[in-house]
Amino acid sequence: MRRGLLIAALGGALVVAGGLQTLAQDDTEREVERYRQMLKEDPWSNPGLLEVDRGEALWKAKRGPRSASLEACDLGKGPGKVEGAFAELPRYFPDADKVMDLEARLVWCMEKLQGSNRADIVKRPYSKANQAGSELEALATYVAHKSNGRKFAPRLDHPKEREALAVGEALFFRRQGPMDFACATCHGDIGKRIRLQGLPYLSKPAEAREVIGQWPAYRVSQGTVMTMQHRITDCFWQMRLPLIDYGSDVAVALTMYLVNQAKGGEVSAPQIKR
Amino acid sequence: MRIGAVVTAAGAAVALAAACLPASPARSQGPAAAVEAVIKGSWTKATPEWQARLAQDETQRLCSQYRNAPPNEVANAILARERAALQYPPDGKLMGDWKKGEKLAQSGYGLRFTDYPPRQENGGNCYACHQLDKKELSFGTLGPSLLAYGKARKHAEADVKAVYERIYNPQAAVPCANMPRFGTNGVLTIDQIKDLVAYVMSPDSPVNK
Repeated sequence: MRRGLLIAALGGALVVAGGLQTLAQDDTEREVERYRQMLKEDPWSNPGLLEVDRGEALWKAKRGPRSASLEACDLGKGPGKVEGAFAELPRYFPDADKVMDLEARLVWCMEKLQGSNRADIVKRPYSKANQAGSELEALATYVAHKSNGRKFAPRLDHPKEREALAVGEALFFRRQGPMDFACATCHGDIGKRIRLQGLPYLSKPAEAREVIGQWPAYRVSQGTVMTMQHRITDCFWQMRLPLIDYGSDVAVALTMYLVNQAKGGEVSAPQIKR
Repeated sequence: MRIGAVVTAAGAAVALAAACLPASPARSQGPAAAVEAVIKGSWTKATPEWQARLAQDETQRLCSQYRNAPPNEVANAILARERAALQYPPDGKLMGDWKKGEKLAQSGYGLRFTDYPPRQENGGNCYACHQLDKKELSFGTLGPSLLAYGKARKHAEADVKAVYERIYNPQAAVPCANMPRFGTNGVLTIDQIKDLVAYVMSPDSPVNK
C-alpha cells in the first residue's frame, strides 16, 4: 500500500519535472524552428549568407604568392565548377591521390593554385564567437551553398572512397580516451540529449539526412558559421581527445561516413543552429 | 611490446580477412590497420602524452569491435577484467559529502585540451546524461533518470556499494556500458566518487527529497 503510494508520488513528480523541462527545451527549440521558418519565407535574412558572399569574393580574388584566384580549383566536377560539387564530396582526387572533403580540398587548392603555405592556411581555421568567419569558413560556406537543393550523392567508385567509408564507420564506433567515448556514445540512439541539447542519431539515415546538409551552419549563439570540420573538432574536444589537424584523414573519413548515412538528404547550407 | 603484439595480431587478422572475404566495407568491422594508420596521421601536433589517449585498451577495443554488444565469452572476459580493476576506499566508507557530490554532478570541467593547466578539480558531469535532483531541469537523457534513486532503494548498504562500483567502473557490472569508467580511468578520485555516492544515495541529498 505504502509502496504503491510512493510509486504514485514518484510518478507524479516525474510527470511534473518532465513537463517543466520539456517546456524549457521546447521554448528554445520552438524559437530556433520559428527562425528557420522565417528564413524559409525570407531566405535573404539568413546572416550566414554574409559568409557566402564573403566566400564568393575570396574565391574570385587573386591572392597568395602566385596572385591567383581559386576559380580554377577542381572540386571534383572539373576546374571552376562549383555548382553541385559539395553534394558529391568527399571524393577521390587523382591529382592528390587522396579522398578529400570540401575543407581538405580548399586547403589543397590554396596551396597548389595560390602557392600559399599550408601551415599559414590552417593556422586559424575556426573563428571565435562574434568574429567574422575565417577565410576557410567563408569559402566552405560559399561552396556548400552552391549545392543547395541538391541531394547528397556520395561516390564509391574508387577503392580509396570505399576505404574512407569503412574507416569512417569504424571511427564512428571507436571508443577511446579517458571517458571511453565514441561518436556513437552520443549519436547512436533516438531522441537523446546532453543536458537540454538534442542529439541527432547519426547512424540512422533518416536523422542523418535531416541534419548533415545543414552544415556549414550559422550558429545564433556564436554569431558565426561553423563548418563540419569544426563540428567534429569540437566533438573530439568533448571526448577529451587532442586537437585534431585541420583537413585530417580522420575528419574526412568521418565526413564520408556521415554523408553516406545522409545519402539522398538535401543540402541547405548554411542552416541556422542554436 | 604488448602494443606491438596486438597491432601485429590485428594486422594479421585484417590480412586474413582481406584474403578470404569479398570486399564489403559497409558491413565489415572496418579495416583495423587502416583505421590506426589514419589516426596516426591526423593528430600530428599532439604530444606523445596526448596521443596516448587515442590508443585503446583491450576493453575499448572489444567494445568498439562488437559495437557494445559483445558475445557472451567476450562479455565475461570484460567483466572479469573490469571487476579486477575496482578499488575501494581504504577506510571502507563508501559515502562522502553529498554537497560536494552535487557540485561534481554539475561540473563538466576537466581533461579537455582547454582545461590545462588545471584550474579546478575534474567534474563528474552527471547531469549531462542523468536526471537527479528534481529541481535541476537541465539534465540529459543518455543515461537513466536517477531521481530519488537512493530513496527508492531505502538507502540500502548493498545498493550504496553497487552505486560506488557503478561510478568507479560501470563495466564491472555491464560490459561495454556507455558510461565512463570514472575511477579506473582516473577521471575522478576515490574521495570524489564517495561524494557522488552520497549525492545519489544519502537520505539528506536533494536527489532523494
